Amino acid sequence: MCLGIPMKIVSITGDRAEAVADGMHSDISIQVIDEVKVGDFVLVHAGYAIEIVQAEEAEETLDMLRVLLNVKKPDGEQEAP
Amino acid sequence: MSLGAQGNAFQSPELTKALAERIDATLQGRPLRIMHVCGTHEHAVGNYALRSLFPPSVKLIGGPGCPVCVCPAADIEQAMQLARQGLIVATFGDMMRVPANQQSLADLRSEGADLRIVGSVADAVHLARANPDRELVFFAVGFETTACTFAAAVLADPPKNFSMLTSIRQTPPAVDALQTLDDNKLDGYLLPGHVCAVIGLKPFAHLNEQGAFLSVAGFEPVEIMHGLLLIAEQARDEAPRADNAYRRLVRYDGNTAAIRAMQQAFKLADSTWRGIGSIPGSGYVLRDELETLDARKRYDLPPSENIDASMPKGCACGEVLTGQIAPQQCPSYGRSCTPPHPLGPCMVSFEGSCRIAYTFEGFDREN
Repeated sequence: MCLGIPMKIVSITGDRAEAVADGMHSDISIQVIDEVKVGDFVLVHAGYAIEIVQAEEAEETLDMLRVLLNVKKPDGEQEAP
Repeated sequence: MSLGAQGNAFQSPELTKALAERIDATLQGRPLRIMHVCGTHEHAVGNYALRSLFPPSVKLIGGPGCPVCVCPAADIEQAMQLARQGLIVATFGDMMRVPANQQSLADLRSEGADLRIVGSVADAVHLARANPDRELVFFAVGFETTACTFAAAVLADPPKNFSMLTSIRQTPPAVDALQTLDDNKLDGYLLPGHVCAVIGLKPFAHLNEQGAFLSVAGFEPVEIMHGLLLIAEQARDEAPRADNAYRRLVRYDGNTAAIRAMQQAFKLADSTWRGIGSIPGSGYVLRDELETLDARKRYDLPPSENIDASMPKGCACGEVLTGQIAPQQCPSYGRSCTPPHPLGPCMVSFEGSCRIAYTFEGFDREN
């Protein structure tokens, strides 16, 4: 499936990286993304990072939608990576 | 998207419902027929019952977004041939249960053939390294999202006992083919989020010139509804655009490293889509210089030409895959064809419209 998990890069060694999501650590390939750094969120599909998640874009989209639709941000809501 | 995360803002019921109301207000009863080409979109729509939120004039139709469903029986038969020769054949879980002509790979496994389920091409490479005295073939079925991982694997110096039996297809040529169907009454397409994360929006943009409204969306309910709102606005304005409702992952030009890897590993080929037929230039095969990794060349399998696109007897998957009928309109659905006893691939695959419909809607004999 096109299921992908956003994971945070915690260390990089060559074409591989250690990434973490919800406390789960994975050894993943970063062979098919350019310019990734520790601290970035990446979308992991079948053991490979296939794109970097632009967290600011996520934030902007949510803010824009909330304003457009007049929906308040709930207190204490976690932001999606 | 975030699996299992609590309080994920993109799953907000308030935002989802507000978007549905905004779509209704934008269209004011104007009919809209949109197709998506991603089984994971169909799964999300089913999981969150999103169609129950749409205005009645909006129809979101499932298309051929299921690589396992469109894998021809002839390719499965080739995997079987290799397994019968004593090779280890590794593939994805749902691929194992798809009926080819007489049987599935799972049936062959129960006869003693060495067929292994893997979750990724990386697992298959690992298996090959762990079994240096055996030959291993990875039956590589997928669209672009997975194809870039296949390319990465072949370019990363895999072990000598590893090769691939490819059955890789591309989404934009399939959408082009859908546009040419005589009775195509589609207004536009909701584009697949992770395919576009890899290849970008660019390969689909030309569809605007044919009047198609386009928007790429992610897989959470807010993201899908946002994508549909952007299409509704294009329809209201009679202004086709290629909008991006998945900016956190999709760039217009895509992921250049992944595209480069696919160009280095693969070349274009014509490809047969099961249930549909041959679509020119819609397939990827391994480049000639990688022939030792190409199972068809390595083991002298006849090339896949003039392949039969038929589905098993009694199965109307082809009409479901092209959006001509809904799963419930297939006479076999829920009767002779159910997930434990599937007639065809749409009831087998996790991305198959019939399996998804059955999972989330159950079967109501009154329908």
